[in-house]
Amino acid sequence: MEKIKILKGLVIDSLNITTQGTKKYHLWMGFLTFIMLIGMYCYAQQIEYGLSVTGMTDRVSWGLYISNFTFLVGVAAAAVMLVMPTYVLKDIDFKQAVLIGEGLAVAALLMCLAFVIADMGGPSVLWHMIPGIGVFNFPNSMLTWDVIVLNGYLFINITIPFYILFMRYQGKVPNPKIYVPGAIISVFWAVGIHLVTAFLYQGLQARPFWNNALLGPRFLASAFAAGPALIILVLAIIRNFTAFSIEDKTIKKIAMIVTVAAQINLIMLFSEVFKEFYAPTHHSESAYYLFFGLHGKDALLPWIWTAIPLNILATILLTFGKLRNNFKVLYFCCFILFIAIWIEKGFGLIVPGFIPGPYGKIAEYTPTGIEIGVTLGIWAMGAFIFTILAKTAINIETGRLRFKK
Amino acid sequence: MSNNSKKWFSLNLSNTKTQVHNTSCKCGKSLGKCGDHSEENQGNDKVDTEDHKDGFDQVFEVQMNRRTAFKKLTASLLIGAGAVTTSCSVISDDKSKEKAQIDWEEQFKGNYKLMTDEEKKNTVDRLVRSYQLRTGKTINMTSENAEENVLFGYAFNISKCNGYMDCVNACVEENNQDRNSQMQYIRIHEMEEGKGFKFDEADDNYYHEVPAEGHFYMGTQCFHCDNPPCVDVCPVQATWQEEDGIVVIDYDWCVGCRYCMAACPYDGRRFNWSTPEVPEDEVNKNQHYLGNRMRKKGVMEKCTFCVQRSRKGKNPACVDACPTGARIFGNLLDPNSTIRWVLENKKVFRLKEDLGTEPKFWYFMD
Repeated sequence: MEKIKILKGLVIDSLNITTQGTKKYHLWMGFLTFIMLIGMYCYAQQIEYGLSVTGMTDRVSWGLYISNFTFLVGVAAAAVMLVMPTYVLKDIDFKQAVLIGEGLAVAALLMCLAFVIADMGGPSVLWHMIPGIGVFNFPNSMLTWDVIVLNGYLFINITIPFYILFMRYQGKVPNPKIYVPGAIISVFWAVGIHLVTAFLYQGLQARPFWNNALLGPRFLASAFAAGPALIILVLAIIRNFTAFSIEDKTIKKIAMIVTVAAQINLIMLFSEVFKEFYAPTHHSESAYYLFFGLHGKDALLPWIWTAIPLNILATILLTFGKLRNNFKVLYFCCFILFIAIWIEKGFGLIVPGFIPGPYGKIAEYTPTGIEIGVTLGIWAMGAFIFTILAKTAINIETGRLRFKK
Repeated sequence: MSNNSKKWFSLNLSNTKTQVHNTSCKCGKSLGKCGDHSEENQGNDKVDTEDHKDGFDQVFEVQMNRRTAFKKLTASLLIGAGAVTTSCSVISDDKSKEKAQIDWEEQFKGNYKLMTDEEKKNTVDRLVRSYQLRTGKTINMTSENAEENVLFGYAFNISKCNGYMDCVNACVEENNQDRNSQMQYIRIHEMEEGKGFKFDEADDNYYHEVPAEGHFYMGTQCFHCDNPPCVDVCPVQATWQEEDGIVVIDYDWCVGCRYCMAACPYDGRRFNWSTPEVPEDEVNKNQHYLGNRMRKKGVMEKCTFCVQRSRKGKNPACVDACPTGARIFGNLLDPNSTIRWVLENKKVFRLKEDLGTEPKFWYFMD
């Protein structure tokens, strides 16, 4: 009974705190709501007329939605990069950042699920996938594995921060014996969600561009670069706008993680490019299409040739400690790295998988306005959720939000 | 299945040393090919031993003896709920109430693969009635199961095909494919002679007189693989291989994730990007639940070897429509079938054999 009362207090207090704020905060939330409404309108169009309102066709049957889904799984997995040093290696530095990281993971996972649902042809029969009521094709279908690991990860990343914040809200100290085991599981789980998502593509013998043993490891490397890069940017914003103190030391440590992951990612990219172009086979055609275009079809060239230089530039800049420790350079690097990996892991990965088609047909894909609208709407939803979570967490952590008996 | 360590059923048609397990198909002497047939049956046993549970039954039903009780409970629950949804509306007449109830029951029915024959019949009746209520026309829909000792296979004579595309037109008409998006299951690839099979340089969308000089033609469609990658990846088992080897889709169970489409190496699958439209007078009213019945938007479909025809002993529409006789269809387990003659006497090959998909679709030349 006592617990329910506290929970009620927490909900009411956090509702209060998230609906109050500066003018800038209200503008930000209003802006996100507006984008979400546009996204909902676009999705309503899609429900009404079917997926034909998107740019996808029988030739390229996955597009912007699945691209963003793939990328965001990586962002969600990256929260582990903060959890591990804090809870497992007992590095106190990260303690403040970790709640932010986990909040980011929750927002990213909800966006992932939203993107998958947006991509479904029949969202009204999604209950067919619920184990027990429907038919869950486990363990044959990698998609069912993905459903399990993503929802499991979501559960872990909601419960751990919730427990910590719930204790802090009452002014108590969270018991490490309760949350550390969960944190350790989540470390392995994060690797799991990204590997399983990679296996989703890697296991298809029909698509040589994906059917590649390096895909899984490269997913991990790029995720651990892009995810923490986003966390650094978010921490920078939080530092600027709230009373929440984040030490320079913390950001520098995360920057180190970004740097190493970006370097590994670049090595793997180089290895892939070498394999495709040193002795090109019939299976290298997708890579040719991606990097140089095939038979005059070159829709992806501007994308990939934006991503590659940004990726290389960011990695080189980050490699030098002097530049990395200059926060202005660091933020710039994180930003361009994030963009570069979003292109590479999204568009640059999903679309060429379908081009050329199974019989060599080259049909290009361009997302439509409706598709872009839904995508922006889902990103706005993610930002909205994250803002609410972060605001509550920060206020509890800074002691402004406490249970009043 | 325990003594069969293979993940898929292999046709193994060229293996002359296969033991003859039994003579149930009366062809024990013909190069031992019937061994494969009994292997096929073993595979099928697995399907049979699975409990046939439907929809919510799949949750409630644990014991066989409680089965009927629960089924009735579920049915009455559904009917009751359907009645509640419609009874709220005072102005609606009996017909729209019936329609609403059918829609309700259809929305919450189970996977066709797991239905009993009675449940299959019920859903077919509902669909027929629903079509009647909506259009006033009566269709003839069946739910025939696969026959025993039948395994369908297909052969394509590259020398004979002239690219007339009669097969494509017949297929579209037979299978009620969406006319708006011009969906076609069959693609005819026009290739240049002297270059071999260069699919990437082939044209599968030509609009000129055929046969064009210096070209030859090759058709592709769903190959009904014996080890279909599309079936494994489906998260809800909305697509599976029937006992007669046809890979089918339950259009009502499909959630439209298009994972199977990504997994198919043969471009065999099509998606309904919008609501499919067929002019009322062009609708083929002889339908099968797994075959050419009307689809809805957001679900997959594909060639079913015209299951509504082939299970009645007829050829698929494309075979009958071909003016040159390039298409051959038949029962691989029948030693006297034309398809078996082709496989035994012609030098046949299949596409992308290195992927291990074991298509039941062979090409050959005169």
